[in-house]
Amino acid sequence: MALSKEERQKLYAQARQLRKDIVDVTSWAGGAHIGGGLSVVDILTILYFKYLNIDPTNPCWEDRDRLVLSKGHAAVAYVPVLARRGFFSIEEMKTFNKFKSPFGMHPDSCKVTGCDASTGSLGHGLSMAVGMALGARVLGKDLKVYCILGDGECNEGSVWEALMAAAHYKLTNLVTIIDRNRLMIDGPTETVMGVEPLADKLKAFGMDVVPVNGHDMDALSEGIEKALGAKEKPIVILANTVKGKGIDFMEDQVPWHYGSVDAALKEKAHASIEKMYEAILKGVMA
Amino acid sequence: MSDGTGTTWTCYDAATMTAREIYGRVLAEMGKTNPKIVGLSADLAKSTSIAFFEKAHADRFFNVGIAEQNLMGVAAGMAKMGLIPFASTFAVFASMRAAEQVRTDICYQNLPVKIIATHGGISFGAAGTTHHCTEDIAIMRSFANMTVIVPADGTETANAVRACVDIPGPVYIRIGRGFEPPYYDSEDYGFKIGKAHTVRDGSDLAVITCGIGVLQSVEAARTLEEADGLSVRVVNMHTVKPLDRDAIMKAVLDTRRIITVEEHNVLSGLGSAVADVIAESGKGCAFRKLGLPDTYSEVGYPEDLYAHYKLDANGIVDTIREVMKIEFEEDEDWEDEV
Repeated sequence: MALSKEERQKLYAQARQLRKDIVDVTSWAGGAHIGGGLSVVDILTILYFKYLNIDPTNPCWEDRDRLVLSKGHAAVAYVPVLARRGFFSIEEMKTFNKFKSPFGMHPDSCKVTGCDASTGSLGHGLSMAVGMALGARVLGKDLKVYCILGDGECNEGSVWEALMAAAHYKLTNLVTIIDRNRLMIDGPTETVMGVEPLADKLKAFGMDVVPVNGHDMDALSEGIEKALGAKEKPIVILANTVKGKGIDFMEDQVPWHYGSVDAALKEKAHASIEKMYEAILKGVMA
Repeated sequence: MSDGTGTTWTCYDAATMTAREIYGRVLAEMGKTNPKIVGLSADLAKSTSIAFFEKAHADRFFNVGIAEQNLMGVAAGMAKMGLIPFASTFAVFASMRAAEQVRTDICYQNLPVKIIATHGGISFGAAGTTHHCTEDIAIMRSFANMTVIVPADGTETANAVRACVDIPGPVYIRIGRGFEPPYYDSEDYGFKIGKAHTVRDGSDLAVITCGIGVLQSVEAARTLEEADGLSVRVVNMHTVKPLDRDAIMKAVLDTRRIITVEEHNVLSGLGSAVADVIAESGKGCAFRKLGLPDTYSEVGYPEDLYAHYKLDANGIVDTIREVMKIEFEEDEDWEDEV
C-alpha cells in the first residue's frame, strides 16, 4: 500500500531529525562513521517508524520483528533511531564512544536496548539473520527478520554463504537490504573490489532483487512491501544511496567514511540538512 | 539400539560405539523432551553423527552445506530466538575456519550455542594435518564466556552433552574420531562441568589430563605401580575452562610433581592452563607438559601418532620416570619458595 501523505510527511520529518542527530552524535563522540550513517538512515527510518512490529516498552518481546544491522559501523545512525523510537533517551547518546558507554562505533546487543544483534565485523549479520528467520520458522512465529548490509561488505565470502542458505531454505520471512552507496574505506567499490553486476549475482544465488532509490520513502516502501509479499524466493532490496546524503560537503566523498565535526562543521552540516529538506518539502510534499 | 534414537545401550554397546555415535544418540534422545534443541551441521552430519538427531527430528535439523562461517552465524541467530542449537563439524573447522563467528557472534553475545566438534587432536590420523586439530583448546579457552570440555570417552561425552544444556552460555565439546578405547564403564561417577574427576589417587606424582589421556595415564599409573612401586594420581580435567583450580592445587600440595597430558599443542592448551594456576599460586613443583611439541602433526594411524608424541601409556611412563628423577625440594616448608 502506497504511503499516505501524512506517513510520508512523518517519515521525512523523522529522517530530517535523525540526520541532525547523526551530526550531533558525531560531534559528541569525537568521530563516527557518518558517511555510511547518512546513506542508511532513510532505510532505518522507514523500518523503525513504519514497518517493524516492535514495542519499545517491551524490548525483549519474543514475537517482535528482528533487525540485524550487518553494517554495524552505522551505529551512529542506528542508535539515534532506537532512541527516537523510544528505547532510550537521546541525551544518553552523549556518552557515545566514552568509557563504559553502552554506545560505541559498533552496536552491542547486550548493552543497547532494542538492538537485536552485535555487529560490526562485516559478513556476519546475514548469517545471524538467516538463523533468526529459520528459528522463527521452527518456533512457528509469524515474524519478519530484516538485515541491512553494506555494499562493500558483499566482498565477504560469508555473505554469499548466507545468501545461499536464505535461498535454499526459501526464507521469505527474511528481508535483506543492501545499502548500495558505492564507496568503501579505500575508495569506490568498483575500484577497490568490484561487486557488479551485483543484482545479477544475487539473482544467480536464488534471490529476487528489487532495486530502489534508498532515499525515497515511497520507493523504499514499495520495495519493502514487495519483499514482505515474497512467496517463493527471498527478496533483496538493492537500495541505491549516496554516502553522506544530506550534507553537501560529505556527499559521495571517500574521506567522510569516518570523520569528526567541530562546531563550525556541525553548523554547516545542520544548514545543509535543512536546505535539503526544504527542497524535499517543496517537491514530494507538494 | 536399532531405531537410531535411543540411549538404552548396555556397557557392551558403549564399549563398541564411538564417542560421536553416542553423542548423536544422546542428542536425539534429548530432542524428544527438549523442543528447543535444534541441530546444525556443515555437510558433516554423518561424519559427526549429528545425523542421529537429524533422523529423529528432521524438522529441527539444518545442514548449511560446506560453509562453517555460516554454520556458526546461523546457530547464533537461532540462539537469539530462544533455541538451543547444537552445531557439529570437525574441530579444525569449528575452531579455525569459523573462529571469528564463534568469538563474535556466539561468545561475545553469550549465546547458548553448543559446539560439538569431532575429529579433534590427531584422532583423524591418516587424514593428515589439514584435518587434525591441535590448536582448538587454546583458541576456544581464550574466548570469554566459553566453556571448554574435552571428554575422556564416549560415556563422558554422553554426560557432557546432557550437562551442557544447563549452561546458559556457549559450550565447546571436543571429541575424537571415535575409535579411541573407552575409560569409563558407567555414566554414574558424578560428572560435573568444571569439577575434575580424580580417577585414580596417588601421592608421588599427579597426571592432569583430558580426552584420550585419561585411559592412557591410568594404564601408565598401573604399570608404574607394579614396576616401580610408584603411586601416581590421575586427574581427569575434562573441563579445561572453567578450570578446577582446587584439584590442581591439591595435586601440587599432595604430590609436588605434576605432568599434563593432552592431544594438543603444548602451547596454550590444558598444560598451559594448569601451569598458570601453579605459577600464580607461588607453590613450586616439578612440572612437564606432554603434547605436540609446537609442530604440525605427522600422518599415520592414530595409535602410531600417539606413540610418536608420547601420548600413549608407554610415553607417559617414560615421562613420569624422567620427572621422578628431577631433584626437588620436598620439605613441608612452602614459605621459602613463595
